[in-house]
Amino acid sequence: MHMKLAAAAALTLTALPLSASAEGDVNIYSYRQAYLLEPLLNAFEQETGIDTNVVFAKKGLAERLEREGRNSPADVVMTVDISRINELVERDLVQGVDNDVLNQNIPENLRHPEGKWFALTTRGRLIFTSKERVEEGEITTYEELADDKWNDRICTRSGKHPYNIALFSSMLAHHGEADTKAWLEGLKDNLARKPQGGDRDQIKAIAEGVCDISIGNSYYYGNMLQDENQRGIAEQVRLVFPNAEGRGTHVNISGIALTKSAPNRDNAIKLMEFLSSAEAQRIYAEANTEYPANPDVQPSGLVAEWGEINPDQLSLQEIANNRNAVVKMVDRVDYDGE
Amino acid sequence: MTEAVSRVDPGLTEPLLAKRTSRHWLIAAFLTTTIVALPVLSVIFLAFFPEENIWPHLLDTTLPRYLSTTLQLMLGVGALTLVIGLSSAWAVTMCEFPGRRFFEWAMLLPFAVPAYVIAYVYTSLLDYAGPVQRNLRDWFGWENASDYWFPEIRSLEGAILMIGLVLYPYVYLLARAAFLEQSPSLFAVSRSLGHSALSTFFRVVLPIARPAVAVGLSLVLMETLNDFGTVDFFAVQTLTAGLFDTWMNLGNLGGAAQIATTMLIFVVILVTLERYSRRRQQQFAARDNRDPIQRFTMSTPRQYACLAVCAIPVLFGFLIPGFTLGLYAWEYFGESWNTDFIQNTLNSLFLSGTAALTTLLIGITLAYSRRLHDTKGMQVLMRLSSLGYAMPGAVLAVGVIVPLAGFDNWLDSLARDVFGVSTGLLLSGSTFALVFAYTVRFLAVSAGSVESALQKITPSMDMASRSLGHTPGKTLVRVHLPMLRGTLMTAALVVFVDCMKELPATLILRPFNFETLATYVYQFASDERLYHSALPALIIVLAGIVPIILMSRSISKTRAMG
Repeated sequence: MHMKLAAAAALTLTALPLSASAEGDVNIYSYRQAYLLEPLLNAFEQETGIDTNVVFAKKGLAERLEREGRNSPADVVMTVDISRINELVERDLVQGVDNDVLNQNIPENLRHPEGKWFALTTRGRLIFTSKERVEEGEITTYEELADDKWNDRICTRSGKHPYNIALFSSMLAHHGEADTKAWLEGLKDNLARKPQGGDRDQIKAIAEGVCDISIGNSYYYGNMLQDENQRGIAEQVRLVFPNAEGRGTHVNISGIALTKSAPNRDNAIKLMEFLSSAEAQRIYAEANTEYPANPDVQPSGLVAEWGEINPDQLSLQEIANNRNAVVKMVDRVDYDGE
Repeated sequence: MTEAVSRVDPGLTEPLLAKRTSRHWLIAAFLTTTIVALPVLSVIFLAFFPEENIWPHLLDTTLPRYLSTTLQLMLGVGALTLVIGLSSAWAVTMCEFPGRRFFEWAMLLPFAVPAYVIAYVYTSLLDYAGPVQRNLRDWFGWENASDYWFPEIRSLEGAILMIGLVLYPYVYLLARAAFLEQSPSLFAVSRSLGHSALSTFFRVVLPIARPAVAVGLSLVLMETLNDFGTVDFFAVQTLTAGLFDTWMNLGNLGGAAQIATTMLIFVVILVTLERYSRRRQQQFAARDNRDPIQRFTMSTPRQYACLAVCAIPVLFGFLIPGFTLGLYAWEYFGESWNTDFIQNTLNSLFLSGTAALTTLLIGITLAYSRRLHDTKGMQVLMRLSSLGYAMPGAVLAVGVIVPLAGFDNWLDSLARDVFGVSTGLLLSGSTFALVFAYTVRFLAVSAGSVESALQKITPSMDMASRSLGHTPGKTLVRVHLPMLRGTLMTAALVVFVDCMKELPATLILRPFNFETLATYVYQFASDERLYHSALPALIIVLAGIVPIILMSRSISKTRAMG
């Protein structure tokens, strides 16, 4: 009988939602780690008195939102990578926002034409080179990554990672199918090892002498410089803004979208306005060494030292549209193979 | 030695058992299995609606590699866990050596370490910048990576080692329980007939323990098949990697569900084959097992060999990773510590405890119903309800959302139509969804071990109890459950620790602002900040140890008290 009692008690307990969100709170489904959002959300709460609640996961949130339908408690979705946001639009899970503050803070090329998403930060996908073994100016473009000269000298993470997919998608947009495939094959041939690890691991590999060149997002490098245990490693590489002289460096975004079902629409829009404001954009820039989407806000001191970034003006929508073709191309050239 | 495995024609016992059986058990079993099978059925349902047909592309490109890598991984992990699990279980059960009592429970310690955590730790130790290679370079004066060869930890072999080191306790636990339940006289008889200890082990002990070992091994293999964290981190491309690629990068959930369903079919075939191969085998404890076990007294070198068999897995599976985590946690303590840990730990303990209890109760219900009604239909139901374990956690989570959100929205529409009020989401997004997911996922663990232990209780026990006028329920509570105490605690322990480590389903299903230790670790690890995750990872390990010690002691006691 003890067991039955215990079971009954257990079942009753679990049916109680442990952290029911209060009326008016803004509920966030986030593909970004909650601790990265914390300083921003704290500032928002202080300024407006509106509380926020977060669920963070890297997959499955779109499915959860879709299945929860009109009863979903989520007001906004915060994501990294343009393709993730675009997927929400394509599956009709988000609604357009036509708001003067947002339209003024976020440049036109960094938001959906109907306001179905807004970028909050941008991050350049850069090339890192060994200070010891690669001359300054020896490589200046993505295209050169496929040169025979770099044979067995390049390290990257998996070709299937969204950040690489987005970079390759931009190549597809600029060069077309055949040339991009040839370029990707060339890059694969130049890899010093099977793609593995994250962007930081590639910088470490340069410091270890495994390779001389890597591809990575700007903020990983910035975060390594800010961590005293990793600074020594990061200082062994030089960063290159690829194609700075030409079409510009490929950038990806982190962004926010209002869900279709948003139960607390007004407060959610207040949060979106706040995140695009100068105050929040400064926090973003400082905390994660990203580039603010709001042009009125300067990058943090550390990021500014790297020099100015000239972002590729290619539409983010086009990058998102190329995704599936590029994923399959990565398979066909067996980018992640031995 | 075939007498040791007494074969009884099942046809003789069945009608006796089925007679006077109330229908309640059948109905309860049917309802429970249906509910538990819903998530898996949802995934199979999703498989009918792919965005596009993924198979031509997969067959053309990566599928052969996915398949061969997956098979190699499963074979490697299977072999490693069998060797470690069986040898150590045998040693602590049957041999007398210094530290034996300590290793009885210490063998379980690696179980508390999540596979993704041990992978992080060994990578940081063994990669180029890690202490091992750094020291080697200092000693030999090597300049950089091109000067020497060092085994790559981020490889298929590395993944086999990592996963095997933390999963062998499944085999160990079930094998040890089975060894403990065996009547020592069987062993004595075999020896007196001239068999060596080794030959007795393979010809008597192992065949009798086989159902339990098969359960342990199939859990290991299913968990290996579904692992994503470790293989992703090591860039080992298994079917699961292909599944997530199809889902996340191609946006084709239906295609991913097709891959998941294919994996499911593969598991079902595997399990069916194993069962088929011992279909004629039926065994009951010939007598109660109250004889104290006569452990071998051995020469000193052999004692050291036993010690090594037990100490090596614990050293590599627990002590080294635990110590390393401790060091990192110490180094980054100031940045990592905050008061959320207490809440997160409580969340983890509460969820895991509830899920372990629920899973155990359902497992008993199903296994016992099957004992009462051993029909084809009942068998299919059992199998169906155990499939949650054969699916990657994140896919299962989507399978959990579909029926729960469907139910919530149906109820909400009904309430709006009839009463004009909205009930909103009741189940999805609550801790109920998490406990439900854990139950679906880990039911195979409890149902499987309860079932295999129940099979060993001779039906004459049931008949005696029933002929004395007890109902099936009373017979279960007064006869079976007391006899199964060790098995029940083992099952609960395994589910508990599994829930503590569960990550992918928890991430997707949890309520707002709700973190378990595992999701908290993941936040940092997924942002390439491994050092910051050391402290919470250490807490997962420590929180898993306490119940391991407690339960292992009571499992030993069931034997000691008889």
